[in-house]
Parts: sequence; structure tokens; C-alpha cells
Amino acid sequence: MRFMVMVPASPESEAGEMPSTADLEAMTKYNQQLVAAGVMLAGDGLHPSSKGARIRFDGAQRTVIDGPFTETKELIAGYWIWECASRDEAIEWVKRAPFEGGLEIELRQVFEAEDFGEELTPELREAEAQMRAQTSRR
Amino acid sequence: MARSATHRAIDAVWRIESARLIAGLTRIVRDVSVAEDLAQDALVAALEQWPAAGIPDNPGAWLMSTAKRRGIDALRRRVTLERKRELIGRELRILQQLDQPDLAAEVDDVPDDILRLVFMTCHPVLSREARVALTLRLLGGLSTPEIARAFLVSEGTVAQRIVRAKRTLAEARVPFEVPGRDELAERLSAVLEVIYLVFNEGYTATAGAHWIRTSLCEDALRLGRILAVLMAREPEVHGLLALMELQASRLRARVGPHGEPVLLADQDRARWDRLVVERGLAGLERAEQLSGALGPYTLQAAIAACHARARGVEETDWPRIVALYDGLAALTGSPVVELNRAVAVTMAFGPEAGLQLVDALAGEPALRGYHLLPSVRGDFLVRLGRTAEARAEFVRAADLCDNDRERELLLSRAVACAG
Repeated sequence: MRFMVMVPASPESEAGEMPSTADLEAMTKYNQQLVAAGVMLAGDGLHPSSKGARIRFDGAQRTVIDGPFTETKELIAGYWIWECASRDEAIEWVKRAPFEGGLEIELRQVFEAEDFGEELTPELREAEAQMRAQTSRR
Repeated sequence: MARSATHRAIDAVWRIESARLIAGLTRIVRDVSVAEDLAQDALVAALEQWPAAGIPDNPGAWLMSTAKRRGIDALRRRVTLERKRELIGRELRILQQLDQPDLAAEVDDVPDDILRLVFMTCHPVLSREARVALTLRLLGGLSTPEIARAFLVSEGTVAQRIVRAKRTLAEARVPFEVPGRDELAERLSAVLEVIYLVFNEGYTATAGAHWIRTSLCEDALRLGRILAVLMAREPEVHGLLALMELQASRLRARVGPHGEPVLLADQDRARWDRLVVERGLAGLERAEQLSGALGPYTLQAAIAACHARARGVEETDWPRIVALYDGLAALTGSPVVELNRAVAVTMAFGPEAGLQLVDALAGEPALRGYHLLPSVRGDFLVRLGRTAEARAEFVRAADLCDNDRERELLLSRAVACAG
């Protein structure tokens, strides 16, 4: 199952300050562990909200609100997409992240087809299906 | 009874740590069976102690030191019992190796250990079933009941398979090492085969609880991703991972609202998992850059990529797929590949050409009883307007088919031919 792990913004990240070398090293090491374990699918850091925007919907009207936005704790500074065997495993991985200072990391499961029916050897039946579609169109 | 949060956390820790633990212990004791027993002892200790004491800060190191200590204790007890007799050399050696103080070094040396363990569990001395079971158990961190459920066999069967596999490895004195250059290609191909077998077991599920099968795909992908880090210079490792990711990208489009299969032509391509498609395409590019001549997995990934890049059936580059199948057929000589190639030829150049190829495969012993041969032939005949012959082929295919849903589909096609 897949999870999005969200790292909240901080006053520093919102000010556009880059993390210290030590922090970057710790994060790189952590990311390497995630990749080596086959868990990480994607991950990125986000620019501060001052470079972002919000678009508000009212009826047919669209209002663009430029950043920065003030409620820092509700802003996201980065995210990962992980594939884990369970929610517990994802939690276990989050616990190993190099964060501190009361930071709260949010974990959310991504919607996926929980099951996918029978049938299909990879190529043959797909091509077969394509033929079937073409045939039926005649 | 609901399992406690701690027990679930221990399961998760086990999933993360067990391969490293067993690999590290195997290096120390040079016996995968002893190593797994020690790791299991450590797990039991964790189940006893962590609910009260809490999960340690570094659970991996805790498990490793506990496993080593248990090993030392057990062997010391035997030493006492057998004091008057001469100790067998192996046990003495294991005892000495376990007693090394440098724990940190043992834990840090892990990546190569996992690679050595992969080559051990996928060793050609074992049957395919044994390789799959042992790899899932020792590297995937799956329990015996989980493996049994996934493969729809009894727990006893899986347990037997694993016990026998470990005995075979010991008897054959299979070394704990990455094979040398002279045999690397062959041994690596055995490893890739095991991973792809696991993937296909999930991808072509025929019965059972479906979510278990999805998780098999994920297990295979995870093993593939781990291997892609450990053997980053090997093109076929990236080729296999790309193939699995490109196929897995379609998983959620392959099931209709009532759990019925949706074939590729009818799939809503917007539901394909773009994140995984992009990963697959990037992996294919890496494989192609590292390759001289493309290997079989890279070729199959390239074929899957043709579908992934196409907006629909008409936009698919069928001549390129035919060319890729040419390469694959030359490499594998497999009649199943030839059959696939015939389908692509029909899509690219019309059904007469495809029919000739399929008819040439009619006497192929490997395809005897294979329902897709008459099914494909029936398709070609329909396209040629030879519906009476097509009907007979669909009926024959339905007779050979084990899967109820697929049989219904084939019979309905036979009926359509009659109308």
C-alpha cells in the first residue's frame, strides 16, 4: 500500500532558508535507507509558500490569492511517496526520520485498487484484447 | 483477539529488519538455517520484552545483539553438556564468530550481505518453488502462513519446502557469496526469474483473496528495487524492475467495478498510475544505457513501454513491438513468445501474416493444451471473416481453459461467431 508522508513547513523553511549541511547529510542518509529498502517511490521538497498561490472558487468566479500564507503549521514543506507492506511499517519508517523539536509528520494512505481481478498474462492477452476491440469495431 | 499496537509495530520492524538480520547472521555463522533460527529467537525475545519495555531506539541493533547472545548461550549450554566429548568443529567455529565484540561493524556491512543472501536463496541447486518460498521468507520478511496464503498451498507444504531448501543448501555447501564474473550472468538470471515469478503470481492471480495477490506484486517490486540499488550496474536488473513497474502501473485499471477483468483495449488509460509509469520508463532508459544488446527483461520492458506511451490501441507502435518480439524470440526461442509475436504481427501487418505464424506453431509440444493458442487463432480467423472455423477454435480454447471467467468469455465469443 502507498502512503504520502508530509513534512510541515517551519519558520525557517517559509523564510527560504536552506537546511544546514548536517541536516542535509542526515536527510540524505535517511533517503538512501528508504531507497535501499525499496520503500521510496518519490519525494521532493517544496519552495516556501511565498512562491505559491491559492485559487478560490465561488460560483463561476476564480480568485487568485498569492502567497505567502501565514498558518505555517498547516503548510507543507516537503513530501514522500512510499510503498509499504502496512500502515505500521510506514509509521516505523517515519519514526526513523531525522526530525526533532516537536515537529509532527503526517502520514496518509493513498487510494488504490485494493484488489484487481483474475485473468491476464502480461502481453499476450493485452494484445488479444486489442485485437478483440478492433475486430468488434468492424 | 486484536493484536496490540506493540505487536503490530514488532511485525513492521521485522519486515524492515529481518533480511538484514538474517543476512548479517548468515555471514557470521555461515549457515542460513542457524542464522534464521537465531533471528527467530530474537523476534521471540522482542515479542516477550517490547510490550512491557517499549520498542528500543535502534530495533535492528537490538535484534542483532539479542540473536548473537542467544546463539552464544545455546552453544555454551551444549559445550557444557558435551564437555567431555570433543566439540564438533563447526559449532566451535560458530561460537567464536558469534563472540566477536564489534557489533557496529557487523551491522554496517549489510548491503553486500543481503546480496549474498539473495544469491543463496535463488541458488540453482534449489527447485523454483523452493527458491520462491525461501526468498520471500528470508528477504521479503513474509511468514510461512503469508506465503502459503499467497500461493494457495497449505502452511505445511511451505514449511516443508523451506526446511528442505535449507537442508539442500547446507548439503550442497552453497557458499555465502556473490558469484564470480564467470557465473554471474547465469546466477543473476536465476535471481531475476524468482522475482518475476513472484510478481506474476500476483499479476495473473487465478483465485483466492485478491488483495493478497496485489501484495505479492508489491513484494516483487520491493525486491526488484532493493536489487536495483545493490546491482546498479546490471542492465537486466533495471530491465526487470522497469517491466514490473510498467505492468503494475495498469493494476488499478484492470478491474471493473464488480471485480471483473478489464482488458487493455478497454482500460481507461487515465487510471494508469503515471508515477509508476514514469519510474518504469526511467528504469528502462537506464537499462538501455547500460546494455550492449538488450536482454530479455529489458526487451519485455520496452514492449510494455510501447503500450505505456500510447494514448490508445490505434496509436500503439505495433511495428516496433514486432521488432522487439523478434529480438525476444531470437534470445529465448520460446513458443509462447512466438505466439505473442504473431499477435503483434497481426496488429501491425494484418491477420494473414499472423495466421501463418500461428499455424506454424500448431505442432509445438510446449503449446499443447495451452488455451491461448486456439483463442488467438480464433481471433485471427474472425478478422478474416472465417467465423465457422473461428467458432470451433473458441470452443476448443474454452475446453482447455481453467479459469471460469475466461471460459465464459471464450464461450460467448464462440456464440457470437455462430450468430
